[in-house]
Amino acid sequence: MTPETMSIFSPKLAARFDALVEKYPLRRSALVPMLLYAQDEIGYLSDAVIAEVAERVGVTELEVRNVASYYSMLRFKPAGRYNVQVCTNISCMLRGAYDLYERFQEELGIGHKGVTADGLFSLEEVECIGACCWAPAIQVNYDFHDDLTAEHVTGILESYRGRAQAEGKARHA
Amino acid sequence: MPRLVSHPDEVKVVSQRFGMGAAKIDRYIELGGYAATKKCLEQGPEWIIEEMKASSLRGRGGAGFPTGLKWSFVPKQSAKPKYVLVNGDESEPGTCKDHLIFLHDPHAVIEGTIIAGLAIGAKTGFIYLRGEYRYLLEIMDKAVADAYDKGFLGKHIFGSDTEFQIITQTGAGAYEVGEESALMESLEGKRGIPRIKPPFPAVVGLYGGPTVINNAETIATVPHVIDMGGAAFAAIGSARNGGTRLFSISGHVQRPGVYELPMGYNLKKMIYEVGGGIRGGRKLKAVVPGGSSTPVLLPEEIENLGMDFDQVGKAGSMLGSGGVVVIDDQTCIVEFALRTISFYQHESCGWCIPCREGTDWLKKSLTRFHAGYGVAKDIDNIQYLAENMMGRTFCPLGDAAAMPTIAFVKKFRKEFEEHLNGKPCPFAKHVELAVI
Repeated sequence: MTPETMSIFSPKLAARFDALVEKYPLRRSALVPMLLYAQDEIGYLSDAVIAEVAERVGVTELEVRNVASYYSMLRFKPAGRYNVQVCTNISCMLRGAYDLYERFQEELGIGHKGVTADGLFSLEEVECIGACCWAPAIQVNYDFHDDLTAEHVTGILESYRGRAQAEGKARHA
Repeated sequence: MPRLVSHPDEVKVVSQRFGMGAAKIDRYIELGGYAATKKCLEQGPEWIIEEMKASSLRGRGGAGFPTGLKWSFVPKQSAKPKYVLVNGDESEPGTCKDHLIFLHDPHAVIEGTIIAGLAIGAKTGFIYLRGEYRYLLEIMDKAVADAYDKGFLGKHIFGSDTEFQIITQTGAGAYEVGEESALMESLEGKRGIPRIKPPFPAVVGLYGGPTVINNAETIATVPHVIDMGGAAFAAIGSARNGGTRLFSISGHVQRPGVYELPMGYNLKKMIYEVGGGIRGGRKLKAVVPGGSSTPVLLPEEIENLGMDFDQVGKAGSMLGSGGVVVIDDQTCIVEFALRTISFYQHESCGWCIPCREGTDWLKKSLTRFHAGYGVAKDIDNIQYLAENMMGRTFCPLGDAAAMPTIAFVKKFRKEFEEHLNGKPCPFAKHVELAVI
């Protein structure tokens, strides 16, 4: 894709993608990372994202959808600005992950894959995130929070609300 | 931040630089880093493979295949380029050791990758991290960039005529991609479904070229084997099980954490001394010795059990990924079995029918069972279903789901019977609806 062509991605991400496809022996190897990075910026895999990624990698849109539907982190609908992912797999379960998950459900008023009305949070029960020795653990977007109890829930949500507010102010400044 | 732990019984080889700032390349060099790679450049491939064979290092991903032998299978001459592929898709529940390696010692992964490349004659290595490990990928990317800047990677590594490039890659959430052939599919931009073997990756792998695939811990161990010598490394462990291993001890212990212990270390000691015993003064009910796919062991089975591939195998389980999950006597095994199978049902790629349908039926049966709607014949049915999944799939995920289920039913049959005929779970706090 030439820089002159319209891209739905920011110039920085578009440039990164231009380089990414050249990195591998086959362009198609860029597909999975490109989808994830695109989702990070756009929020989800919209039709427009899929169309542009297909063109960049050189496969059909159907093939992109086929691959994307396999990976649990990739989504076709928007999530909250902060996606709270609570691991309830065995090591976390043994140390109270379900209590934690229930508290998140209560505090946010949403269930698995739900999004709050203000779009700030979404919630997911996820499989093992590789923090078993520091269980129970969650990820908010890519940030890990570990060694948690249900008592931490309010504080965690508050810290992200604060972050959103600070970023909002910075944006309007 | 993941907490670092230590215990006097630890032998720190792979973890010796944890917490020492070794993610910074200058600090890594100061701590003796990159000497192993230089040595390997001088000594050549045959020497490297002999050292690796002498080390009796076995694959840390779970299968325990001897690393030196694996490398020796790669043909010397190949029309297609050869590749090294590092499996950092760490996803086996109960396992978080690679997490610490990427966090604290990314250059050890780079060194191991280069050395594997030198051994098999590859010019490119891929380091694949699971998608959830984004902050670790950023650490890895920085380390790779720094290694390029120093000339340790590139067209002329360490000023030699040898070329070696490293490309990092992120996954996007899939347990199955930890299986080596599914990993290659994912790296080629496809769904992570397994390939039919043979041909094995050593002959036809990534992009059709001969490929060595090693777990991130295996790769991070390689420079230490070279530094200390294969024989010295082997001497730390038990027979045919060289060196140390990063054990992820989790669940109901006082001091969960990743501990580096010699291969063959006693499991009971690992729980009661290293892990500090069962928390809250409770009793040990069971232990999953090597990640969620390995059959559960009872307290009486761990008395004299040395944690190496052979001894745990003899005890009817597997050392797997070294994820030791400790379960206390206040835990419902039916619920634990249900959570385990729910994971495999979620992660089955759907390619092989026995796995796709088997995990689904097991989850349905166990959900119903745990909710108190089970009938007596369900117990045998669960076991029958699981046994019929064994060995009937392209990749080991089917077995990984079936093996623990069979063990739960066999070893805790009485507890399953206690859930029959509408009896409420004696442990459950969570009321679940029956899913038929």
